[in-house]
Amino acid sequence: MSVLEFWRTHSAELAGLLWQHLVLVAISTGAAIVAGIPIGVLAARHPRAGAPLVWVVNIAQTIPSLAMFGFLLPLPFIGGLGGRVAVTVLTLYALLPIIRTTLAGMRSIDPALIEAATSLGMTPGQRLARVELPLALPSIVAGIRVASVIGVGTATIAAAVGAGGLGEYIFRGLSMLEPTVVLAGAIPAALLALTFDGGLTLLERFMRAALAKGRIRSVLRYVGAAGVAAAAAIGVTFALTRSDPATIRVGSKNFTEQIVLGELVARLIETKTSLKVDRRLNLGGTFICDRAVRSGDIDLYVEYSGTAHSAIFHEAPSTDPRQVFETIRQRYASAGVTLFEPLGFENTFAILVRGEDARRLNLATIADASPHSPGWQAGFGYEFLQRADGYPGLAKAYGLTFKGPPRAMDLSLIYRALAQKQVDLIAGDATSGLIEGYDLFMLEDNLRYFPPYDAAIVARSATLLAHPELRGVLQLLSGRISATDMRRMNHAVDVERQDPAAVASAFLTRSGLR
Amino acid sequence: MTSDKVDRSASRDAPAEIEFRGVSLHRGETPVLRGFDLTVDRGETVALVGRSGAGKSTVLKLINRLLVPDEGRVLVTGKATTDWDPFELRRRLGYVLQEVGLFPHMSVAQNVAIVPRLLGWSEPDVVRRTRELLELVGLPAAEFGPRSPAQLSGGQRQRVGVARALAADPPVLLMDEPFGALDPVTRSELHHEFRRIQDQVRKTIVIVTHDMAEAFALATRIGVVAGGRLVALDVPRAIARSRDDRVRPLLAPLLEAGAAVRDSG
Repeated sequence: MSVLEFWRTHSAELAGLLWQHLVLVAISTGAAIVAGIPIGVLAARHPRAGAPLVWVVNIAQTIPSLAMFGFLLPLPFIGGLGGRVAVTVLTLYALLPIIRTTLAGMRSIDPALIEAATSLGMTPGQRLARVELPLALPSIVAGIRVASVIGVGTATIAAAVGAGGLGEYIFRGLSMLEPTVVLAGAIPAALLALTFDGGLTLLERFMRAALAKGRIRSVLRYVGAAGVAAAAAIGVTFALTRSDPATIRVGSKNFTEQIVLGELVARLIETKTSLKVDRRLNLGGTFICDRAVRSGDIDLYVEYSGTAHSAIFHEAPSTDPRQVFETIRQRYASAGVTLFEPLGFENTFAILVRGEDARRLNLATIADASPHSPGWQAGFGYEFLQRADGYPGLAKAYGLTFKGPPRAMDLSLIYRALAQKQVDLIAGDATSGLIEGYDLFMLEDNLRYFPPYDAAIVARSATLLAHPELRGVLQLLSGRISATDMRRMNHAVDVERQDPAAVASAFLTRSGLR
Repeated sequence: MTSDKVDRSASRDAPAEIEFRGVSLHRGETPVLRGFDLTVDRGETVALVGRSGAGKSTVLKLINRLLVPDEGRVLVTGKATTDWDPFELRRRLGYVLQEVGLFPHMSVAQNVAIVPRLLGWSEPDVVRRTRELLELVGLPAAEFGPRSPAQLSGGQRQRVGVARALAADPPVLLMDEPFGALDPVTRSELHHEFRRIQDQVRKTIVIVTHDMAEAFALATRIGVVAGGRLVALDVPRAIARSRDDRVRPLLAPLLEAGAAVRDSG
């Protein structure tokens, strides 16, 4: 599938994401302008008060964006999934260039002009409005240009917290291992950045020319009018697109199986009820999904019992599926979240090696592999490396050692890394369609080290009370999806490159659920 | 060295336009002015002459309260500058700077109109006054008003600077080396203009210059500043005859050039 073809078949969605992206950047850059220029002016006028502010903003700039989303997510008002936290993060990033250029613009003004302004009897406010800001303006516009370009880039990451935008395609493409989809998001994002850069460069040049001719005031009037018009347009669309209360927000984590399950649940609700569904798929991990369902940013998603048991509720590892399930059901209930009966398949961690190695060395279990592992390089996802029930415990239980420290890799790339012999052993998902796609072999967990990972829907109890028909519909899925079903659906998306929505829809039809 | 003019001003009932009483000012530990006394009467043109760094520009900045004295008082119409609202004070004192300080982002007309607009004049009044002033300094408003300062010659810029300082008809004009950066021909033209304008507007003027010839050309009285003090203050004729060691060196270039000292007193 070519990128052009993808755009043609997804044109409405593309327009929506592009608009979301634009709005995110516009609002955050606007907020940074409103906050940044006064801070820059303050820093120029009172270096002692301003320097610490600039310092703090400098530090904020160095925080990686995903980490910043993580920090801010649990906070009230600005936190929570979707637009708000994204706007906050983007605003923080946009602040620095604007403050810096305001400061530089103010400092570059000839001191004789400041003295002239003061001697003519201007108050500090009049001097700022009539002399300093107009003279610093081209420099400030340069800062706004840099800020908006950074904003376009950073906003792609906002998709990880469900704020939408072109990052949706990038993350979706990454988790589907589909470069076309990545490009479908990356190309418009790059073009958008170039447009902002080019447009604002022209404005900056135009302003410098106008400044040299003494016509900056009329330019300012036009720019001001354009700004007000843009703000009004964004305000109106925001008011019009506020989410409807009778909408169920379905979330998912950011890998294929989760996206397919998210689509599957979403379609089932759409077919069986009159409720609308807002898809918040592709959220950046367990932590974000859990926060979101508790805070009401999403209404439901599919979680795995073992993950909830250890990563969310920090219970000591247990290998009894029923006990694990009961424990988390109670813990969820006290947090106002309802745990449904398992969907029927387990997505445990799968320790994988290349099929050819397994056949050559006659490997069947993880224990079989431990004599060979000192000559191997291992690759694990970030979560697996950290979690108590992940790598540290596994290595101890089976006495595994490797050639060097395991490589931390993104889950979407790890299967290919194994197939291409960059690593020799990985931890993946037992239900991944790529296991067959790349001819990988899953070693049996013969010591039953991994806890059970039964997939089950978790939903806000409040939502279930508000929409009683929902509970019955969600229960339809209990025990209906086998491991084979799941692996087949993952294979269809990851290997056969089918659309997750189409795969989910086909499954519902096949199972007689629609 | 005290002349009859100084005596007359001291005996008048109305307060002097500008008066320095024992003013001292330090920049850090370095004294800039020490026990500085000066009285400027209404309608006078006083030129302060001295070498670079003698403290001449500081005197102007003390008058419009860009600086305040460490000791002593500076009075403007009998009221200490520290008792004035600084913005109101500065709007009464037209100021022409050494580097002119025209705002590059405003047209010539907008530059001239600054103080009237700050004072909230009606737009027709502002326009009329701007036109009047540009004509006064010899720059036809229709031609020069819309231009940018960058499109003017040095002499034209200086004329605009004078028009701007006169805009709200302030009783006092402070001029800091106003013609310092100009070529001799333009400078002498502007000296001529200056006298013509002063004949029309009758302002109290304090002008700072390092050039004794300029002082003789423009001033009714000349003050010599050296080492942070006013060492001489008299009519030009008296200054020209001075035997003071601190005054003679400033006169030397004039005598060497064989220039005839004009009696402008």
